[in-house]
Amino acid sequence: MTDPAAPVVEMRGISIEFPGVKALDGVDFRMFPGEVHSLMGENGAGKSTLIKALTGVYGIDAGTITLSGEHVSFSGPAQAQAAGISTVYQEVNLLPNLSVAENIMLGREPRRLGAIDWRAMRRRSAELLGGLNLDIDPGSLLGDHSLAVQQLIAIARAIDVNAKVLILDEPTSSLDTDEVAELFRVIRSLKEQGVAILFVSHFLDQVYEICDRLTVLRNGKLVGEYLVEELLRIDLVQKMIGKELTVLDDLEQRARSVVVDESDAATFVNASKLGRRGGIQPADLPIAAGEVVGLAGLLGSGRTEFARLLGGIDRADTGELTIRGKATKLRTPRQAISHRIAFSSENRRDEGIVGDLTVRDNIVLALQADRGWFRPIPKKRQDELTQSYIQTLNIRPANPDALVRNLSGGNQQKVLLARWLAIAPRLLILDEPTRGIDIGAKAEIQKLVFTLAENGMSVLFISAELEEVLRLSHRVVVLRDRRVVADLENDGLTVDALLALIADGSVEADAAELADAAELAPVTASVTSVAPADAAASAPQPPTDPASGGRA
Amino acid sequence: MTKLLDAPQRPARSGGPAGPAQRQGLARSIRSLLTSPKYGPVIVTAVLFVAVFVIGGVRYRGFFSGQVFLNLLVDNSYLIVLAVGMTFVILTGGIDLSVGAVVALSGMIAASLLQSGWSPGVVIPLILVLTSVLGLLVGLMIHVFKVQPFIATLAAMFLARGLCYVISQNSISITDETFVQLAVARIPLGGGMSITPSVIIAVVVVAVAVWVLHATRFGRTVYAIGGGEQSGLLMGLPVARTKVLVYVISGFCSGLAGVLFTFYTLSGYPLTAIGTELDAIAAVVIGGTLLTGGYGFVLGSVLGVLVLGVIQTIITFEGTLSSWWTKIFIGALLLVFIILQKVLTARRR
Repeated sequence: MTDPAAPVVEMRGISIEFPGVKALDGVDFRMFPGEVHSLMGENGAGKSTLIKALTGVYGIDAGTITLSGEHVSFSGPAQAQAAGISTVYQEVNLLPNLSVAENIMLGREPRRLGAIDWRAMRRRSAELLGGLNLDIDPGSLLGDHSLAVQQLIAIARAIDVNAKVLILDEPTSSLDTDEVAELFRVIRSLKEQGVAILFVSHFLDQVYEICDRLTVLRNGKLVGEYLVEELLRIDLVQKMIGKELTVLDDLEQRARSVVVDESDAATFVNASKLGRRGGIQPADLPIAAGEVVGLAGLLGSGRTEFARLLGGIDRADTGELTIRGKATKLRTPRQAISHRIAFSSENRRDEGIVGDLTVRDNIVLALQADRGWFRPIPKKRQDELTQSYIQTLNIRPANPDALVRNLSGGNQQKVLLARWLAIAPRLLILDEPTRGIDIGAKAEIQKLVFTLAENGMSVLFISAELEEVLRLSHRVVVLRDRRVVADLENDGLTVDALLALIADGSVEADAAELADAAELAPVTASVTSVAPADAAASAPQPPTDPASGGRA
Repeated sequence: MTKLLDAPQRPARSGGPAGPAQRQGLARSIRSLLTSPKYGPVIVTAVLFVAVFVIGGVRYRGFFSGQVFLNLLVDNSYLIVLAVGMTFVILTGGIDLSVGAVVALSGMIAASLLQSGWSPGVVIPLILVLTSVLGLLVGLMIHVFKVQPFIATLAAMFLARGLCYVISQNSISITDETFVQLAVARIPLGGGMSITPSVIIAVVVVAVAVWVLHATRFGRTVYAIGGGEQSGLLMGLPVARTKVLVYVISGFCSGLAGVLFTFYTLSGYPLTAIGTELDAIAAVVIGGTLLTGGYGFVLGSVLGVLVLGVIQTIITFEGTLSSWWTKIFIGALLLVFIILQKVLTARRR
């Protein structure tokens, strides 16, 4: 902090091109010591690419990078690390087969007489974990811990280095409120030590809480650099999306107009006492044609597990599933698909896209598998299909031959959606389709869900963001501790009411837990905070009484 | 950890079974140990080895002696060295199919050079350098040209086997004084038991390998590559160097195993050690190393070799069984082990 006016990082005119994608185009970016800086932009805006350029993962095609006044050019992450740039990537990049301590210290283990000093290593990691208030054994295997804990371990690793620059790419996407608070405490103390911190998050509330300055990117180009306190949220969102924020407004209008055709409201799928040991307690779930059912609950409440039973991913060991009035046992996803039930996993990278295939190949994959591999889809038909989905879903870049791994998270999600839509499902199960993607893409996906439901497709929608669930769903099923605790018409439901149910579905309310859950609200409320419309004011949802005829 | 004490009360967030907050009985910790992808398979192999040894002891007179055990080491010292090299490779998620052919090649080089009057003091280091260079080439091929390890080492296997025939079509016997001495030498351990110099070499190799894998950055990087190459790269680990080096180590070990093998056979023959690479892989897998990399121990591989050896010994003691039964048992065992690994690690999820 000797010269506060001098930026610690200065990137000028950075350009990076991938085959078929111009990821960054002449972007300037700078960071000052002792500030928390946020990089904002939609998916595909080039945030991750810019970060990877700074950390030496990608080479830059044009431009210069200056670190503490010195010209640098990194040929790999190791060099960037040695120069004092420490990174926590969006996807947790740790090693499940090694101990927690090793994951924190690997590459800079304390050594004695040429050998790794395991005791010093455990001690040092325990200190770091303690600093994050994380009570785990440093000797335990990393793979045995939950994703949230792994995320914190990755952060512990990053702060151990005497970093000048700390980059946190979506560090809070799998953390709960307490953990976020803990992380913010750590960020503030690092900031006081003069570390420049790059905090990338889709949660606007968090950005506004912790950041001093932000840089906005759009389509690989720089929009501008602003002080957080001088930029209104609504202006920020406009700069990110680049158009007037009418999408979400429009959505609210449509929400009111969606009416489930009563005559057609026959139950498409009915789960009765469906359950799986260790996954979800036996539960009922009827879904009518054209109905959007939201599953609300905390991480680990059994929402994904329940959805996996319906999608044929896991086998139920109790209860029965009726599809169009016929009792059916789903043993494999393939059987589910033959009943026109498609499951889109929350784990986009591992259970969704095939990164090394093109957009076209990814989109036709499920359809082709369903047809059988001996009846290839004609090339022309493939092209038509791909073109039409690229247009409808606004997939960027609009290049059917781009490799999916070069696309941003939001666009990968759209490709995944296109794949399932291509088989014309009757029930589409979307597990966290909007996680880690920006407002623009989110709105597009939400809009799509509406249109699909209007056309008679049933949707089971899972999201950690309650506003989203409320905005989209006709009915909300609340889960808690692997049990269904409520099945409600979305008729004047509020986030608070849902939170109360999620926190404690039983009669006696646990005050502490309720308070905890209430704190969750500002974090998850990111979308509402920019959506001008008031959810509570929207007209009541169409009456789809669970007791009414078709669903019995 | 004092900070933890005054931390605000909150639900336990200890993710793993090792979390201190958890009250677990002995049964649970045993179960957790057995289903651990890290320790489970090794423990099972150790139990199996003891069980087979005890069964042998009960069935046959004279089986339950120290010398029978030591003979396992004497007869399999070259395989132990091979398995050590193979463990490095498999831990990174790779495979090395060339080791058997390289054993034969080093035997041929040794025999022919000794025949033309070279000194063993030159021949042995030369072999070790040559096989390490071959490993280096394979490693570079895998790393630089992104060739699948299976293909790259298959090519090396054919190359090495072919070179054997270039040297000679026939068996060359070794009459060199030093080699003969090393072949017949016995180091007494007291109580009428003895071992060969080869065993000492193998034990040293194992000890060094254990140390390298456990206590050096290189060793931990080997595990890291098996756990996730991309993650290792992003963590700033020297992935490229390490990946190439494991093949150099495997090449070196094959060369050394070849030398030990010639101590054992006192000849070089182009058709020798066919399929030995598969024995080495079997030993490593039975020893609890996951073929996908990341989990496993050198000592497990040694146990794997001993299990193969003890089965062979039992079949010898049985007397009436053809030695091919060894292969059948090893095949069955391998199958059981791979299924066991799957079942045990699947339980955990």
